Amino acid sequence: MGSSHEQSLSIALPNPIRYFPMGDQALVLSFGDTISEMVNARVRQVATHIDNWSQPGVIEYVPAYTTITIYYDPLKISYQELLSVLQMIVQDIPEDTEYIGKKKEIPVYFNGADLAYVAQYNGLTEEEVIRLHSTPEYRVYMIGFVPGFPYLGGMDSRIATPRKEVPRLKIEAGAVGIAGEQTGVYPIETPGGWQIIGHTPLQLFDLSKESPSLLEMGDCVRFVPITYDEFVLLKTESYGH
Amino acid sequence: MGIKIIKAGMLTTIQDLGRYGLQRYGMAVSGAMDSYALLLGNSILGNADNEAAIECTVLGPTIYFEQTQLITVTGANLSPKVDGQSLPMWKPVLIEAGSLLSFGRPNSGCRAYICFQGGLDIPELLGSRSTYSKGQVGGWKGRPLQEGDRIAFRHCYKGKDSLFRWSMDPSLYPDLSTNVIRVMDGPQLPCFESAAQKSFFSDVFTISNNSDRMGYRLTSKRLRLTEQKELLSTAVTFGSIQVPPDGNAIVLMADHPTTGGYPVIAQVATIDLPLLAQKGPNNRISFERISLDEAHDLLKKQHTQFKKLKRAIALKYEKTAYHRFEL
Repeated sequence: MGSSHEQSLSIALPNPIRYFPMGDQALVLSFGDTISEMVNARVRQVATHIDNWSQPGVIEYVPAYTTITIYYDPLKISYQELLSVLQMIVQDIPEDTEYIGKKKEIPVYFNGADLAYVAQYNGLTEEEVIRLHSTPEYRVYMIGFVPGFPYLGGMDSRIATPRKEVPRLKIEAGAVGIAGEQTGVYPIETPGGWQIIGHTPLQLFDLSKESPSLLEMGDCVRFVPITYDEFVLLKTESYGH
Repeated sequence: MGIKIIKAGMLTTIQDLGRYGLQRYGMAVSGAMDSYALLLGNSILGNADNEAAIECTVLGPTIYFEQTQLITVTGANLSPKVDGQSLPMWKPVLIEAGSLLSFGRPNSGCRAYICFQGGLDIPELLGSRSTYSKGQVGGWKGRPLQEGDRIAFRHCYKGKDSLFRWSMDPSLYPDLSTNVIRVMDGPQLPCFESAAQKSFFSDVFTISNNSDRMGYRLTSKRLRLTEQKELLSTAVTFGSIQVPPDGNAIVLMADHPTTGGYPVIAQVATIDLPLLAQKGPNNRISFERISLDEAHDLLKKQHTQFKKLKRAIALKYEKTAYHRFEL
């Protein structure tokens, strides 16, 4: 706490921070309801402080687009105690929106079962959906859902499509999907409600690697369209040890 | 040498209290669905709270003991037997080498725990022995147990007693015939129509067949939002009750995804997660609303009882001149 305190006074956050409970073992800090680089940068910054924080009773934290959820043991710290300690430290964290992420490319074979639906929903052709999806550079705003799943920001709103009404019971590993204005990749086979537009041959979570998650919060990602043959070749390389 | 799986049972996995600290990389916590039954089982044997055990689901496994070991079976009553004779639950029992532990008809609840004194010889992965089957992580080779698997004990039984004349007071464990699950308001409760809010706290919900360690799908009247909007994904936890647009709630369970984007109407109180974990397909449940303070008080009360139980058990072992297993 302390020395760089003055800097925090110069930049105002778009929203005041809200604190609320989620059940009896979690406290949520919310920095707003809209995706933005600045809000997510603030989430990363506060998360870094919490990471270096050794508060008894705090189990772990999960940063997301605009929230940080802190899991605690109510037998060791009360909600009120945790809340007041957090409010104090968050106030003292200086603003710093400097945000440099590693650049990563993800090859995608655009053959998803919902590609036609996404095109139709937005009044586009499938080729236009592919072009709009593989043009921007996306920011990894968070990792969550299942091991290594990246939630990416920066998708073109012209291909935004709501989640499926009933989640699918099975989505293959490597599936690339859209949910509202978000896009992401499924690292393992799982049930899920996203609209699937394609598949990547890369393995997003690999326990045999020192850092098992291919992507990290803050990375800059681009999707590169590939053919079926390239998909098969890359998949053999990625999974075949 | 230790045990050999003769029949796998419906879903038999190694679980401890869970894998914490990696949810921010999307790694599920997993762990025992009924963590209280596991805790009590470990206490009965004088094990560490977090020792891993075998979680059995509805139809239990058949296990051959290659070596004598002190065990206890807790949680659901799935009619445990040793060499065909009914095996009492909630107490330490010595299983002789060459015996066969099996299960019969499920009498109450869905998940039983077989705890072994000193634990099973299974490596820790990322800080836990729990199995997360979807991610093929941890436990025994990242998967449920199969016929032919052989798992060694970490310690062999060195105690002098072969008969234990005490058992745990069963009133310390929830009454599994209760169908009321206590919940707290979820962050998005106000986003639901007032009729939906009312019916959530008064209607009866049926647990559907598409229910597993990841989540229970419930069927009921459709729970409608006042306005359908896409939410940003955020952290969710064991007991979060999400409502996808079809209006049927899903309760997230031990292998839950770390984050989700559906509105959370309520959150199951930690005290009642074990009870919910013992419910299964076609069981009917309803929800009772409690406050955060009430939820915390219930946990504190249970913890006080649990500490008392552990002290009482420690005395039992001292009285019978029992020596803790040797390292």
